[in-house]
Amino acid sequence: TKRDSVTNLRRSYVRWTVQRIKKEKNVLGVWPLPQDFTSSMEQYPLNPHTFHFGYGKQSVAQRGCSVLDSAFKRYFSLVFPDYSSGRLHNEWTQIKDKPFTAEISVDHDHCDDYPNEESSERYNLSVSERKAVLNAETVWGAVRGLETFSQLVYQDDSGSYFVNKTEIVDFPRFQFRGILLDTSRHFLPVQTILKTLDAMAYNKFNVFHWHIVDDPSFPYQSCTFPNLSSKGAFHPMTHIYTQSDVRRVISYARLRGIRVLPEFDSPGHTSSWGKGQSNLLTPCYRSGIPSGTFGPVNPALPSTYQFMARLFQEVSSVFPDSFIHLGGDEVDFSCWRSNPDIRTFMQKMGFGVDFAKLQAFYMESIVNITSALKKTSIVWQDVFDYHKRVMVEVWRAGCYLCEVRKVAKAGLRVILASPWYLDQPGPTHDWARYYTVWPLAFKGTDKQKKLVIGGEVCMWGEYVDATNLTPRLWPRASAAAERLWSDERRTSNVDQAFPRLQDFRCKLVRRGIQAEPLYIGHCKHEFQGV
Amino acid sequence: MRTVLVLLGVFGSCRGLQPDYTEQGDPELQSASGSSKYGSLWPLPQKVQISDVSFRLSVSGFRIRDAKESSAGPSCSLLQNAYRRYYEYILGGAGVKKQKPGKNWRSGPSELTELQVWITSPDSDCDAFPSVTSDESYELTVDQPVAVLKAPNVWGALHGRTFRLINSSVISDFPRFAHRGILLDTSRHFLPIKVILANLETMAMNKFNVFHWHIVDDPSFPYLSRTFPQLSQQGAYHPYTHVYTPADVKMVIEFARLRGIRVIPEFDTPGHTQSWGKGQPDLLTPCYSGSTPSGTFGPVNPILNTTYDFMKQFFTEVSTVFPDGYVHLGGDEVDFSCWKSNPDIKKFMDQQGFGQDYSKLESFYIQKLLDIVTTTKKGYMIWQEVFDNGVKLKPDTVVHVWIGGGSNEEMGKVTAAGYTTILSAPWYLDYISTGQDWQKYYKVEPLSFNGTEAQKKLVIGGEACLWGEYVDATNLTPRLWPRASAVAERLWSSKDVKDISDAYNRLTVHRCRMVQRGIPAEPLFYGFCPHEYKGI
Repeated sequence: TKRDSVTNLRRSYVRWTVQRIKKEKNVLGVWPLPQDFTSSMEQYPLNPHTFHFGYGKQSVAQRGCSVLDSAFKRYFSLVFPDYSSGRLHNEWTQIKDKPFTAEISVDHDHCDDYPNEESSERYNLSVSERKAVLNAETVWGAVRGLETFSQLVYQDDSGSYFVNKTEIVDFPRFQFRGILLDTSRHFLPVQTILKTLDAMAYNKFNVFHWHIVDDPSFPYQSCTFPNLSSKGAFHPMTHIYTQSDVRRVISYARLRGIRVLPEFDSPGHTSSWGKGQSNLLTPCYRSGIPSGTFGPVNPALPSTYQFMARLFQEVSSVFPDSFIHLGGDEVDFSCWRSNPDIRTFMQKMGFGVDFAKLQAFYMESIVNITSALKKTSIVWQDVFDYHKRVMVEVWRAGCYLCEVRKVAKAGLRVILASPWYLDQPGPTHDWARYYTVWPLAFKGTDKQKKLVIGGEVCMWGEYVDATNLTPRLWPRASAAAERLWSDERRTSNVDQAFPRLQDFRCKLVRRGIQAEPLYIGHCKHEFQGV
Repeated sequence: MRTVLVLLGVFGSCRGLQPDYTEQGDPELQSASGSSKYGSLWPLPQKVQISDVSFRLSVSGFRIRDAKESSAGPSCSLLQNAYRRYYEYILGGAGVKKQKPGKNWRSGPSELTELQVWITSPDSDCDAFPSVTSDESYELTVDQPVAVLKAPNVWGALHGRTFRLINSSVISDFPRFAHRGILLDTSRHFLPIKVILANLETMAMNKFNVFHWHIVDDPSFPYLSRTFPQLSQQGAYHPYTHVYTPADVKMVIEFARLRGIRVIPEFDTPGHTQSWGKGQPDLLTPCYSGSTPSGTFGPVNPILNTTYDFMKQFFTEVSTVFPDGYVHLGGDEVDFSCWKSNPDIKKFMDQQGFGQDYSKLESFYIQKLLDIVTTTKKGYMIWQEVFDNGVKLKPDTVVHVWIGGGSNEEMGKVTAAGYTTILSAPWYLDYISTGQDWQKYYKVEPLSFNGTEAQKKLVIGGEACLWGEYVDATNLTPRLWPRASAVAERLWSSKDVKDISDAYNRLTVHRCRMVQRGIPAEPLFYGFCPHEYKGI
């Protein structure tokens, strides 16, 4: 590619001025763009001392609703970033400004539930003089509306807060909008995960796909099989997620309307499992004797399925979401092929030498386990052919829409990840690559298109840990966020999106999210860390 | 009971950080088994002898002090500050673990109570600024209860921080190249002072000794000039929050000096100067479209006397603010189209007999600028175009080679003409790519061009450049480190230090050491650090 060619040219000055000029104009301050958005130049002042969040009279949820009460607390600080909470409300009360109330009403009381695949995130927001009215079917919709409201508020040069007269009707284009973090190739401290959940909420993402274990390490501390992490984690004390860590992540996510989707990938990608669970992995053979190395999970032993049943029983009670990701990708058949017991089993089952059939047999058994636990299984595209009860995540590069179409034609639900592998840093810094993705641009019926339930940004961990995760993820993931939430017809132009995204990126920085710059320029409040 | 800590040293520290490469590793690293016989030393010293005798240190007992014979004493605050930093590194650092019986000692380790620092030349350089001729060599002996660090002057002593991880050993060390720099660009994005200081600290950990401060450029002019305050008033992103005041600049220079790092400012002209024009009317060339001024501006206007009056005053200020013997004058990427459009410039070209050759006009400007800077008693560095265009240069000019990835032909040309040179072409770290690109930077051999021994002596070093188009405080540090560490070893260590898998093993631990000291240096590949980054 271009970047590898020999020049180190620094000057792209012309492009820079062009973009600079564009930035001056009319920044529409909400990202991702709401479905229906009308605002006028009519401007209302906001004052932290006279501003209140309140429940509407007709609202089914009232004070005491955990999701909304804590959202009010969070969004107060986000609406008024300069406000020092140390200052008492009633000091300095020269209340010249009349009160401004943001009144929230919801139709259902899901205050103590978890968000799920059917949760409505629709909301209506109307901002007028001294009043903002936010109506939603669910508390999750209300949380999305509060995020939008916080982005509508701006400060002038003297620091005073304003909001313009606005009418918004909004709902997501796709129900499933996820971010995958990989905590196996590098361990991510819980703080880092929580920070990512904050940023996800600012971008209206609603699924945290937790690729929690893989070959390099097994940081999940299982109550049923504690050896898995005590032997398989990078460090048994400092590099694990305890049950309370997991609960903390789930509850932090819940308050932000984010589902936590755990992935326990098998039969491949399981080297770390073998350290704490003997006889789980297939012993590989060389010249007729065991070589001492191990391959994928051993599908020929009944003990394997007993282990998996117990593990998934635990997992399905620890993680409340009704989806569970079973992986199933990149299974290397060479070790299975080398093992005489596996070959015998293949013959017994009538699989011949088709190891894909063995893999299918294994996956089928695991899906049976999770189905019995009332979970919907998701698998990577590699194994979809054989299963009608799963949902498929398309991840391979190339003609990914061909694959999407194939899966939808087979009548299965699809999640698209291929175009959003953000762990790849190069060759360009081009966020636009992630923006100009058209997930439904394949030939198919409406019914088939409805099967595409959403998409996911993947941040694999080979080269990523807490030191560089945040700037590598944001604001590039924001490009995917808008694609998955907003109306494609109104968000297909990169040049129009650029100044809005630049503005949003500065908002993220202001909120303490280390989002990297899109191009030359500055934020009023620069990131102050190292 | 006192807590006894053991300096596990090069054999024992930080094991198990690396993954096995049996399955998906980089083929180049197939053989990497986890630890180097040189432990975590980075960059690798020129001569190292390590025995397997290790010492223990006690938190309360260990001291760093001046040797009796040393020419620098308690009044040398540079050293005293360094002692305090290193003391914290050593006792809070990655090499220290709680004592447990190990194979490295049989009859109980002897105790290491003291590190003596002995500055041997009569003038310690304690209050001086480092320069391109500073002696950075040192010798470190850890073979008795008292360790001794001997160096001709303070600059070498600062590098003796290598000490932190040493068993019984003897190290004799000096840099291969005198100029080992990092370029940061504070114009395309403003970098808060805190970020600059953190990176100076990290540079010191990697034995870099030049901070090339590309302080102004087209997008913004954050340098607050006393003589021309309107330059930043009008030309910075914000006149108060996005500027470097004289106090800021002074702080950066002193912070760098205490770490043996030179600060070389770059004021790039005649191109790359859009931001200058906002606060200094008539400095830039008005561009024309047809026969009327288009309202846009091009490079510095080389035909006006006022331009040179301005430059004279400006560079006089710069020469007093920045103590280093060199200033970088830029001179790269001059776009001729605006000059071509301007009728006054055309007339001047005719008068001078330049014809249509605008590089002659550029040379005319640069020549006058160099003469001005010469009167301020500074040496200068320039980007390679200035040399390519045949401008007459002082013999001590440093030509900065940046074009064309490998670019060894250019190194040959510059040195054949008798000029000193530094290399940056293969080390543009703002370009990112997938995978372990540190290896690419590591494998560069700066002297691989065709040339005589005398020519090769003219190569005084290199610089890793981190341009600012896509970089600001949010991502600078992880993008720079540990990729720049690869350049650091190439510029410090012996030419034959090039075993990639040994380098991988040492660099992995070195990166964890940076992380533990609060620097978010990104990972090389999957694996872990005992102390992960917590600075979220």
